[in-house]
Amino acid sequence: MIAKLKRLAALGLTAACVALLPTVAAAQTTEVSFYYPVAVGGPITKLVDSMAADFEKENPGIRIKPIYSGSYQESIVKALTAMKSGEPPVLSVLLSTDMFTLIDEGAIVDWTGLATSPDDQAWLKSFYPAFMENSQTGGKIWGVPFQRSTIVLYWNKEMFREAKLDPNRAPENWKEMLQYAQKLTKRDASGNVTQWGVQVPSSGFPYWLFQGFTTPNNVVLMNKAGNQTYYDNPAVIEALQYWVDLSQKHKVMPPGIIEWGTTPKDFFEKKIAMMWTTTGNLTNVKNNAKFDFGVAMLPANKRRGSPTGGGNFYLFKKSTPAQQQAALKFAKWITSAERAAQWGIETGYVAVRPAAWETVTLRKYAAGFPPATVARDQLEFSVAELSTHENQRVTKALNDGLQAALTGTKKPDQAMKDAQREADRILKPYRK
Amino acid sequence: MTARNPMEPQGLDRALETIGAWVLAVLWILPLAYAIWTAFHPAEFATRFDLTAPLTLENFRNAWNAAPFARYFLNTMLLVALILAVQLVLCTLAGYAFARFEFKGRDVVFMLVLVQLMVMPEVLVVENYRTMAMLGLTDTITAIGLPYMASAFGIFLLRQTFKTVPKELDEAARVEGANAVQVLWKVYVPLARPVYIAYGLVSVSYHWNNFLWPLIITNSVTSRPLTVGLQVFSSSDQGIDWSIITAATLMTSGPLLVAFLLFQKQFVQSFMRAGIR
Amino acid sequence: MIRLSAQVHGWLLLLPAMVLLAAFTHYPAAATLLHSFFSTPKGERPAVWVGLDNYQGMVEDPVFWQALTNNLWFALGTIPVSIGLAMLMAVWVNGKLAGRGFLRMAYFTPTVLPMIAVANIWLFFYTPTYGLLEQVTGAFGLPSHNWLGTQNTVLGCLIVVTIWKEAGFFMIFYLAALQAIPPALAEAAAIEGAGRWYFFRRVVFPLLMPTTLFVLINAVINSFRLVEHIIVMTKGGPDNASALLLYYIYEVGFKFWDSAYASTLTVVLLAILASAAIAQFVFLEKRTHYQ
Repeated sequence: MIAKLKRLAALGLTAACVALLPTVAAAQTTEVSFYYPVAVGGPITKLVDSMAADFEKENPGIRIKPIYSGSYQESIVKALTAMKSGEPPVLSVLLSTDMFTLIDEGAIVDWTGLATSPDDQAWLKSFYPAFMENSQTGGKIWGVPFQRSTIVLYWNKEMFREAKLDPNRAPENWKEMLQYAQKLTKRDASGNVTQWGVQVPSSGFPYWLFQGFTTPNNVVLMNKAGNQTYYDNPAVIEALQYWVDLSQKHKVMPPGIIEWGTTPKDFFEKKIAMMWTTTGNLTNVKNNAKFDFGVAMLPANKRRGSPTGGGNFYLFKKSTPAQQQAALKFAKWITSAERAAQWGIETGYVAVRPAAWETVTLRKYAAGFPPATVARDQLEFSVAELSTHENQRVTKALNDGLQAALTGTKKPDQAMKDAQREADRILKPYRK
Repeated sequence: MTARNPMEPQGLDRALETIGAWVLAVLWILPLAYAIWTAFHPAEFATRFDLTAPLTLENFRNAWNAAPFARYFLNTMLLVALILAVQLVLCTLAGYAFARFEFKGRDVVFMLVLVQLMVMPEVLVVENYRTMAMLGLTDTITAIGLPYMASAFGIFLLRQTFKTVPKELDEAARVEGANAVQVLWKVYVPLARPVYIAYGLVSVSYHWNNFLWPLIITNSVTSRPLTVGLQVFSSSDQGIDWSIITAATLMTSGPLLVAFLLFQKQFVQSFMRAGIR
Repeated sequence: MIRLSAQVHGWLLLLPAMVLLAAFTHYPAAATLLHSFFSTPKGERPAVWVGLDNYQGMVEDPVFWQALTNNLWFALGTIPVSIGLAMLMAVWVNGKLAGRGFLRMAYFTPTVLPMIAVANIWLFFYTPTYGLLEQVTGAFGLPSHNWLGTQNTVLGCLIVVTIWKEAGFFMIFYLAALQAIPPALAEAAAIEGAGRWYFFRRVVFPLLMPTTLFVLINAVINSFRLVEHIIVMTKGGPDNASALLLYYIYEVGFKFWDSAYASTLTVVLLAILASAAIAQFVFLEKRTHYQ
């Protein structure tokens, strides 16, 4: 704190110093620094700020200090670098898939050992099981679900009408999605496509969207211990073949790598009839789509399914017992039914506990805006997002393979075999 | 009679080259033109170019409210000023030493300085990060600036300039009783003014726009410069909103752009006089 | 006495700059080499000496080879074109073409715009179907193409962005050099009746040689230093087709947290830059004489 003050003072920010002085004086308060993965200043930061303030009002003696750390990717970098330089946050929301990395770095402590009272224990059991899948390993709970999402299908009802499809019914399964997409793809006189049937983005983190294919094909990508992947399983290759065929064989999806960031815009621009993206985009689509749209669960094949995504609360090791207790209190408070409901409504993320959906506020909201419940209903069929030891690397092996297949430089089976070989090489030290 | 300058094209050539030059210029300014178009129009015109589109300042308002740009501006200005101030002092002293002092190992040390021309701090991010963590400086403006403060380019530039100062001026000042530092201040620095301006402009525009190292070393709003703030702001999981991004782009590079438009002549002349060629 | 004083003064004047240079250039360069022989410390496990293991791993790492090859193509693609364009721009702006104030401004603006921001704009230019490039090619009836999403065009797209970004900056140096050429030379050439191309080739171009060398150094460094547009536009994809060496170092060092391997990769980058430096130094010694 003092070092920080000195640094600020050195910058001549006397005003800031004066503002911070009272906290130094009140030595009794426990400060909980809290990394939150969002770009600063947006509506979500205001929400977090106000929630932190409400919590402080109810719990004098605890001060929550939210630090907005950018995207998930940047946040994990920030948290780990801060840890290595000796000043980690007490609490942080980071990707659920970062669990193994954080454990391997010795960065976090488990919640199981901290939340010992019966009330605490009950709380840990009160989340949707789908969200807990990649929040625990080795019998301990390391992450508490908070800002979670899944992949859903958005469709343009007007285009469905034009193509003489029922505008209120999304494709139920893979076969239907292909048929629909074929009807929805439009070509001009010279054969150039003016409207694509479906679009599944593949830049940045294609592995996540790929799980939207592997899960319905009834196959998982990794084991629970996080030291074995199944990239070259025939069912995985089959799932990839279906994805690749959408563009290369059936030509109903744009060829090459599709940018995640421009996909919603493509949808608003009426260049695509159906898109796969996160439930976290619901509010964005609601505000910017100038047409009637629908939201549905991903199409099924052998079964239904989608990966979960998004962030968990992690508790950092380098903190005092008092700070850890305060962080526990805060985590319990902000995931309480009422708060989780409010969070879900205002952000579009899925409220993480069944109890939240029982609250009056959320029931009313869901009744008025049914798409909000699609993600929740899909949870029943959801599986853990790909997460292993050396997560970034093992994931990159898969991403590279997927992109190679989608751009046609490798056949799906070859791409997945190469990815598996690379993953095996990286994970070897963790199999002892 | 004035002789025809052989560098000037004539007749048809001239017309063709003028067209060529303009086509290139239009291509070069296209991104900026697009940024201006998109920033001042509603989002639905971000990808459509319709002259009747309504104008708006909404994007600027949204961008300004969506991130603490005021703070980022302050950080960037502090950073740029800090780096430039230290650079000027250090490079002046070192350039002077190399230009006018005879001492053992000078040439070897000079070679060691020139190493930095090739091995720029960007290349050494991994180790420099380690060092900053050790010094407890991560997430400070000082840490962003430190690797750049002793600039080989600046030292080299000032050494070359100081060497062109006539020795007689130096000696005359010394006869009047001035010491080394006074001579430097009274004789060398004033004569090198255009070089300082040219170097200053290069340094400011470089650090205003620098990204990779600040991205790695900063952690919070209090130290993040504009470029990193802009990246954090535009890399959202919800996809790209060009209207807001272009508005933010114009805001963040506005000061530099205006300064350049105002000083472009001086800029080129400084380079010319600085003898960077 | 005087000599001693000069020694002391000289060193004192140098001291502050040298301390910083040593701390942030020489030490890290040496430490990079050292750390490349150790493993990455993780959690409770400290770093241990592993000899050449990291290098062994690197040689077997296909991504490293791809990044290296990409980087060489990237350098080959950006350096000659941006230097050539810079020279052309300078000649045009230095002449008396109509609207040269605008021309100069247009050529130079990319230099003052932050790469991180313009990369987002270029992303729009390259977007399939409704991006600017596609609107233009579409008007000519050409089929749509996914520019950044295809292996064989992505690097070219990034090369274009880089050339756009740096040509105007290099132009300034050429402009300064052109304006320093004595007008008497042009007059003499005119009296001799020398053609334009002849005059440029035989008189101007050789006079621009020192500038070209200076710009060349900068262009070489830039081709190994610029990664901002990759971070925004492609993240090295598809399948590493646009990964450059420094981007890969960033990824390994700050995403995979494998600092030892990142050091190993940095050693390669340092070796490339060092050999470029030596080559240019030898060349420089021959061609120009800095006193």
